[in-house]
Amino acid sequence: MDTSQYLHPDKELMTREEIEALQLERLQKTVRHCMNSPFYKQRFESIGLTPDDIKSLDDLRKIPFTTKQDLRDTYPFGIASVPLDKCVRLHSSSGTTGNPTVILHTQRDLDEWANAVARCLHMVGLRPTDVFQNSSGYGMFTGGLGFQYGAERLGMLTVPAAAGNTLRQLKFIKDFGTTALHAIPSYAARLYEVMVEQGIDPRKDTKLKTLVIGAEPHSEEQRRRIENMLGVKAYNSFGMSEMCGPGVAFECKEQNGLHIWEDYYIVEIVDPETLEPVPEGQIGELVLTTINREAMPLLRYRTRDLTRILPGECPCGRNHKRLDRMQGRSDDMIILKGVNIFPIQIEKILLQFQELATDYLITLETLDNNDGMTIEVELSTLFTDDYARLEKLTKEITRRLKDEILVTPRVRLVANGSLPKSEGKAVRVKDLRKKF
Amino acid sequence: MTIQQLSVFVENKSGAMLHILNLLKAEGIQLLAVNIADTVEYGIFRIICSEPSKAYNVLKDAKVSVTLTDVFAIELDDEVGELANVLEIFNKEGISITYLYSFLLNGKGIMIFRTIDNERTREVINLNHLKFITEPNLYTLV
Repeated sequence: MDTSQYLHPDKELMTREEIEALQLERLQKTVRHCMNSPFYKQRFESIGLTPDDIKSLDDLRKIPFTTKQDLRDTYPFGIASVPLDKCVRLHSSSGTTGNPTVILHTQRDLDEWANAVARCLHMVGLRPTDVFQNSSGYGMFTGGLGFQYGAERLGMLTVPAAAGNTLRQLKFIKDFGTTALHAIPSYAARLYEVMVEQGIDPRKDTKLKTLVIGAEPHSEEQRRRIENMLGVKAYNSFGMSEMCGPGVAFECKEQNGLHIWEDYYIVEIVDPETLEPVPEGQIGELVLTTINREAMPLLRYRTRDLTRILPGECPCGRNHKRLDRMQGRSDDMIILKGVNIFPIQIEKILLQFQELATDYLITLETLDNNDGMTIEVELSTLFTDDYARLEKLTKEITRRLKDEILVTPRVRLVANGSLPKSEGKAVRVKDLRKKF
Repeated sequence: MTIQQLSVFVENKSGAMLHILNLLKAEGIQLLAVNIADTVEYGIFRIICSEPSKAYNVLKDAKVSVTLTDVFAIELDDEVGELANVLEIFNKEGISITYLYSFLLNGKGIMIFRTIDNERTREVINLNHLKFITEPNLYTLV
């Protein structure tokens, strides 16, 4: 078998049984190692759990979740499982909403991280002959150094352009013959705008062929638009600083779901409310356990990111599970009449109606002691002069929403431009329910 | 045979119609007739005006939900029973009227209406020699 398309065929081509065997071995090792962490030692003792109780992968569920709050409470080094003199680097979040979160790395952690990123980049067809330009911020932000070391590990010529200065980025792309670029999706679109302004045709005047995009939620339509603008293939990257950074999950050439490296992470999808696992294929909160990390393993870390495992096998030959595109944050979840609803589900349906503009507002309110949901949607153009057809549209939207979210919302058509714009974190949900 | 009517989506809230009218006023567009019904959440504000295409673009640029609709305009003598006589004809021919409103212009009654079948309506207007109005002659009546 020709395994040249796999950087680590021994890991990438493992069968499900082999993956699970390796995961159990690494989980048991990780849990034992975590007893060096004052935080985990205390947490295990408080519920009478010992590493010996972890006999199967199912036993993972005996371990309590680790949350972002735990990272803040133990700031800066309280979760570390090795002494600080064994660590060679730390990365930290910005801490805009409280104490920053700090992740420590040993030299081995950095090596394994670089291997994971290199595996991702190789998976989308990048080779040592490529020139890789990274327009991420360097420094504490993991997208900079994370891709830097991964791209070097793969053996590409790297251009650590860092963020900003679009004209300089373009000069590098042209002068150094950049073939692959890592950028957030909105910046990729910006680059194209400036190319047009400068009279640069990305297809003729540059050698760009691969884009790595991530760190910013984007839709499939946005990806296709970027691909068409720049004449490239764009691959979705998923990472978070708590899990090292980039390299956690990545699309393969199929561009249909992100393979999460199960020799590095054990993935669970749980209901954010009950914390019970959801049936395979359903949306829930992504929970990750690091099983290939030394300085600061995290057990059952609640990422707050919502996604689902894509069912079925991937034609690329890798059995590592595929995550769907991130579907928002679990903090956004609405519970109405005992049903969990994610605004993204509503958005997805509304996007299917060409008669509607992109903004919407969900209001939860109590009427006659009954909780209900009103969804205001903007009519983009008036497509008819007929009340009956507007009424029919309203009914059709209501029906499709009900099929998706299982409760019947009240749908109200409103004038174009009358709802708050969706820039940044727009308020899409207003909860005016009476609390009992 | 038809004329263009602006149909504007307006929410049932204070100032919604005024907003539309101010946009048209600023561009010097003259209104000949307007019509809106009292509905619960929103209404369709129907407007016959000078320069309907320009008016459409003005509203469109202001991100208003608007469409141009072809409607019929028939001139009636200002006499008792004229409207009834015309509706009698449509009724006999089996043409249902979706909506109708009328106004007076220089002593002439103008009946604006829409049906679900423009083709049939045209035939009936021709066969019965009803006096239809086209856009150019509507404005010369002003």
